[in-house]
Amino acid sequence: MYRSHILVCGGTGCQSNKSQTIFSEFKKQIEEKGLDKDIQVVMTGCFGLCSVGPVVIVYPEGAFYSGLTPEDVTEIVEEHLIKGRLVTHLLYKDHATTQAVKALSDTNFYKKQTRVALRNCGVINPENIDEYIAYDGYQALIKCLSGDLSPQDVVDALKKSGLRGRGGGGFPTGMKWQFTKDAVGDIKYVCVNADEGDPGAFMDRSVLEGDPHAVLEAMAIAGYAIGSNKGYIYVRAEYPIAVERCKIAIKQAKEYGLLGQNILGTDFCFDIEIRLGAGAFVCGEETALMTSIEGNRGEPRPRPPFPAIKGLFGKPTLLNNVETYANVAQIILKGADWFASMGTAKSKGTKVFALGGKITNTGLVEIPMGTTLRQVIDDIGGGIPNGKKFKAAQTGGPSGGCIPAEHFDIAIDYDNLISIGSMMGSGGMIVMDEDNCMVDIAKFFLTFTVDESCGKCTPCRIGNRRLLEYLEKITSGNATMQDLDDMEKLCYYIKENSLCGLGQTAPNPVLSTLRYFRDEYIAHIVDKKCPAGVCKSLLQFTITDACKGCSACSRKCPVGAISGEIKSKFTIDQSKCIKCGACIETCKFNAIVKK
Amino acid sequence: MKTIADIMAIRDKMQSQIIVRDNSDGEIRVVVGMATCGISAGARPVFNALVDEVSTRQLKNVKITRAGCLGMCKLEPIVEVFIPGQEKVTYVHVDAEKAKQIVANHIVNGNVVTEYLITNV
Ligand SMILES: Cc1cc2nc3c(=O)[nH]c(=O)nc-3n(C[C@H](O)[C@H](O)[C@H](O)COP(=O)(O)O)c2cc1C
Ligand code: SF4
Repeated sequence: MYRSHILVCGGTGCQSNKSQTIFSEFKKQIEEKGLDKDIQVVMTGCFGLCSVGPVVIVYPEGAFYSGLTPEDVTEIVEEHLIKGRLVTHLLYKDHATTQAVKALSDTNFYKKQTRVALRNCGVINPENIDEYIAYDGYQALIKCLSGDLSPQDVVDALKKSGLRGRGGGGFPTGMKWQFTKDAVGDIKYVCVNADEGDPGAFMDRSVLEGDPHAVLEAMAIAGYAIGSNKGYIYVRAEYPIAVERCKIAIKQAKEYGLLGQNILGTDFCFDIEIRLGAGAFVCGEETALMTSIEGNRGEPRPRPPFPAIKGLFGKPTLLNNVETYANVAQIILKGADWFASMGTAKSKGTKVFALGGKITNTGLVEIPMGTTLRQVIDDIGGGIPNGKKFKAAQTGGPSGGCIPAEHFDIAIDYDNLISIGSMMGSGGMIVMDEDNCMVDIAKFFLTFTVDESCGKCTPCRIGNRRLLEYLEKITSGNATMQDLDDMEKLCYYIKENSLCGLGQTAPNPVLSTLRYFRDEYIAHIVDKKCPAGVCKSLLQFTITDACKGCSACSRKCPVGAISGEIKSKFTIDQSKCIKCGACIETCKFNAIVKK
Repeated sequence: MKTIADIMAIRDKMQSQIIVRDNSDGEIRVVVGMATCGISAGARPVFNALVDEVSTRQLKNVKITRAGCLGMCKLEPIVEVFIPGQEKVTYVHVDAEKAKQIVANHIVNGNVVTEYLITNV
């Protein structure tokens, strides 16, 4: 029996900050001190507060240490583990009070969250099936297989729960399961979409890294419900930790007879294999994903037929997102009513968001549907750093749109977001402040989709490239108002005529920034100015009267564009200036402005 | 290959091991003074005995934690029991055997073990 547990975050964010070394260091020092019988060191999945990683929790106190380096381990071992004194200066500090907070559960970041899909992330060791079982793991599968629930009961429970697909579209999960169950076929497949390609999103990755058995269990339940014996996990090779933990989880589940032939001594057989994707965004699209699993080039095909009728290898296939599956076992165990009690009228349960961009607590959060954007950004996210003002949040990544400050109090759910021209998407939320140029943001997302277009259909392959050219024309100050009109028309044309979701949604970032920030577009076109000071071609660097004539900037300028006499005002030769900004960083008197 | 009963057994066994990680409220807290004074007086075996006893009895709402020096070093090892809605109870000169009795009599059966109380010294 261990008197103390040390949980080290093994999510990708923390691992890139040496949490693996911290883990080994704890193990080593605890062994050296002969405490390894008393104290257990465990590597878990993502805790969510990635911005202050690497993070470590020491139980039973629940002490939450953040921003650790391998050198800090000695102090925690000596002080906390041996002498029983918290190492206050290493504890997490809440941004609002800047006071050291003892436990993770006491932080504002955690108090406002509701963890369903992430319930085990940062709590269990994802590489130990026994820990998953301890937290009621595989109980939902047992409930199904022991005869308490018929396959139809499972589908009915999902329908009643109101769960909708978390992969972006928000299609009712129970209905999808019913279609696949009712479809006729000698073989059926269950697939999980763990491709997660949108920039800034890492929810699905974290679930697989932190709680892989939750997805395996849900897939087995799905197999039982729709009558399938075979599952595939489609995950991108760029997620090595997720892949590794899935492999370990499948192996352990097979050893326990929770996957494979005659599961738990019943007639039900279900096996899962992993297929690695090469990291193309379009392979997250369901038909492209299945084409890729079949071993072909990942290109979409027209729907219908939908996967439920004719999917993988031409057979009826159930495809859901990782987070969708992560809710399933809980719904079976705690009941559809419990799940439906969270959320709004048409969006039930919770949603995980990956918070990124200009926000204090970048990381992973799970909130009940219907939480306002203000609560997510101010209360959980800790607001915008450096006293800047909130400008907009991009949800739905390259397929979505922005939510401007005027909708700061909107309750986040599928329908509300669509009504203001954005979408839930898979859960990336990128926060922008007054220093972000919205035309530049639209250009960023479009550059991504142009890169990722598979090229199969013309509206997307050529249309989006033309659209990007319009944006480049605008940000370089060469566009006319006629271009703006033409660009808008092109957006609708692409949306209506592309084959798959990638092309159909690619113009969304442009349309939504046009809807809320048209004045910024016009400023670029008519005044030839970038109000946020981002688009380089429209900026001019000038020296003001605050200049003391110290010559520091002229020595720093890489192209020799600055000249003047010592102790009098210097000037910048605009024809030479490459707008690199080196002078601004050098000037001690804030005498250089970019406008 | 495991049966349903096997999985249930694993769950029960593991649950008693991971209750250390539960941070929920409304629980009974048992605090052991584990500063240098407490440890040198033998607080560590006391702590381990408490953890063992609580886990064998599967008391899920009891959390055992450490505290620093309580300021009465000569009375160490000190164990304090906090039950929600009741006054704190302080035991002194505790050893592993006494710790087990405290769990059995006080926490499980609700009878304070008067002979180990601080008021007796
Ligand atoms: C270009 C494109 C990329 C997509 N990427 C993903 C993805 O990374 N993960 C995902 O779950 N769904 C993705 N989807 C949505 C899937 O096509 C599909 O709707 C979803 O996986 C269904 O699962 P759900 O009903 O559980 O949401 C993408 C769709 C498109 C058009
Ligand atoms: S819309 Fe784009 S990504 Fe989709 S099929 Fe057409 S070219 Fe390929």
